[in-house]
Amino acid sequence: MSLKPLSLGKANLEEYSATLIELAEKNSNILAVTSDSRGSGKLVSYAEKYPEQIVEVGIAEQNLVGVAAGLASTGKSIFATSPACFLATRSLEQVKNDVAYSNQPVALIGISAGVSYGALGTTHHSLHDIAALRAFHNIDIVVPADNFETREVIKFAAQSDKPIFIKFGKKKMPHLPRLEEKFEIGKASVVCEGTDVAFIACGETVAPAYEAARLLEEKGISSEVISMHTISPLDEATILRVADKCKAIVTIEEHSVHGGLGEACAATLMQNGKAIPFKIMAIPYEDTVAGSQEEIFSHYGISGEGLKDKALELLKL
Amino acid sequence: MKKYSDIELKLKSVKYRKALLKYIKLANAGHTGGDLSCTDILNVLYNDVMNVSPENFKDENRDRYIQSKGHAVEALYVVLADQGFFPESDLETMCQYKSKYVGHPTRKVKGIEFNTGALGHGLPISAGIALAAKKDKAPYRVFTMLGDGELAEGSNWEAAMMASHYKLDNLVAILDHNTLQITGRNKDVCSPHPIDAKFEAFGWRVVSVDGNDINELRRVLNEIPAETGRPTFIIANTVKGKGVSYMEDVKKWHHGVPSDDEYKQAIQNWMHRKLIY
Repeated sequence: MSLKPLSLGKANLEEYSATLIELAEKNSNILAVTSDSRGSGKLVSYAEKYPEQIVEVGIAEQNLVGVAAGLASTGKSIFATSPACFLATRSLEQVKNDVAYSNQPVALIGISAGVSYGALGTTHHSLHDIAALRAFHNIDIVVPADNFETREVIKFAAQSDKPIFIKFGKKKMPHLPRLEEKFEIGKASVVCEGTDVAFIACGETVAPAYEAARLLEEKGISSEVISMHTISPLDEATILRVADKCKAIVTIEEHSVHGGLGEACAATLMQNGKAIPFKIMAIPYEDTVAGSQEEIFSHYGISGEGLKDKALELLKL
Repeated sequence: MKKYSDIELKLKSVKYRKALLKYIKLANAGHTGGDLSCTDILNVLYNDVMNVSPENFKDENRDRYIQSKGHAVEALYVVLADQGFFPESDLETMCQYKSKYVGHPTRKVKGIEFNTGALGHGLPISAGIALAAKKDKAPYRVFTMLGDGELAEGSNWEAAMMASHYKLDNLVAILDHNTLQITGRNKDVCSPHPIDAKFEAFGWRVVSVDGNDINELRRVLNEIPAETGRPTFIIANTVKGKGVSYMEDVKKWHHGVPSDDEYKQAIQNWMHRKLIY
């Protein structure tokens, strides 16, 4: 066996707050802006350590993003932190106009993204954010898979002169292997290499893709697992590369099947004349089943077993 | 900053109104009524109050102006051109194919701080900038202008609450209160009244002025920060379509473009009038 089991790290949310504390230590220009969300954003320690570097606006997400844009326009390094479900919906017009169109380098941090809130239900799920934001010009979209990618993208955001939306969940995430221990915006990470099936995943679905790769390996099937952490700008070269070397592609995301990573990959393949067995594993267009994040994932086939079966189906094995 | 006399400023208002009408006519588009109602406010802000110019536009201590009622961009364009941010002749391309002078403020145009036009955005942005000034102990002030119909946008009230909480006395919101919006009178569409009591209850210092009176505007806009710890809300009572007799207080001129005859009539009116405006 070459694919080793993964060791568990902390939640990406925890890694975010730890990274922000480190950055704030050296950079007094960093400001977290919260909408009564310092607790859910794990920013309580940060706020205690740097009380001058947090701005609380109360439960008012439109104002959160407008104020964040105003602050950013004066040269401050802004991390507007709010549950992804509100940040990418309630304040969508502010994201579009005040941040993206006005080109203010705000880092929008969507916490407890996707179905992290599980059984709290659809009001608290964020399954549309990629679809909504990918259609805006001038905003990077990054969904880090593990602690390493989270740390790196937060460090990137602190010095970027461009708007960025970053989302992650609150569950402890395993440390992923990667061919190269580096992070570059717009350049996917190769978790492991293979030639039969390619799993192109983002965020908290990369780990189940890796588990599927391990299960397939037991059957002698080799899988390439890609962490497509940057959804915009999309690393089309990597998508085309795995289409050339593999016999099937499965995309996985904690997002609606509509308008997310899967459709972005499909469009890339089609427009480049690549026909390949292909399946989008995401949350279907239906009333999302009730349950924990893990139960919801498993219900929709986003698990090691589910993804393994989908790969076998595509490979007709 | 050059100190203008009242008469010089009144002449500038006439010049701005003529110019904005000219470019609206050329473009065959524009928010004529609201441009004309807020012209005097922009005139006084740029010529008598704010520390901002093409020379200091990158200076971090410049005063900021955010036009929340972005649709009145034609008035802003002619004032910015007069300040020397760009040649006025650029406005001949306004709203034309590939022109950067589009129908709402954009940072592609020199002198514009934020892209606005969707309503309810200027006050939160301005509160953010004013808060940055407080954090940096910087001397600059932030001015924003809202339309009265715009007060129905809930984001304004989120920002009003927060600006007061952070004691942003360097923040000034000016309401171009011409009482008309596209559907009709504010009070009939969805009444914002009482505006003064609402903002006072939110912790703001509220001042009412004749928003087409240069002298009054000079007085109230030059006393910022006026009261320690409180943001200022100026209810500028204006007339929609101000300065063009047939447009004044008539709702159809919200974004009406004058015909050739109407345009001539408006210009001739100014040529023959004494310094009323």
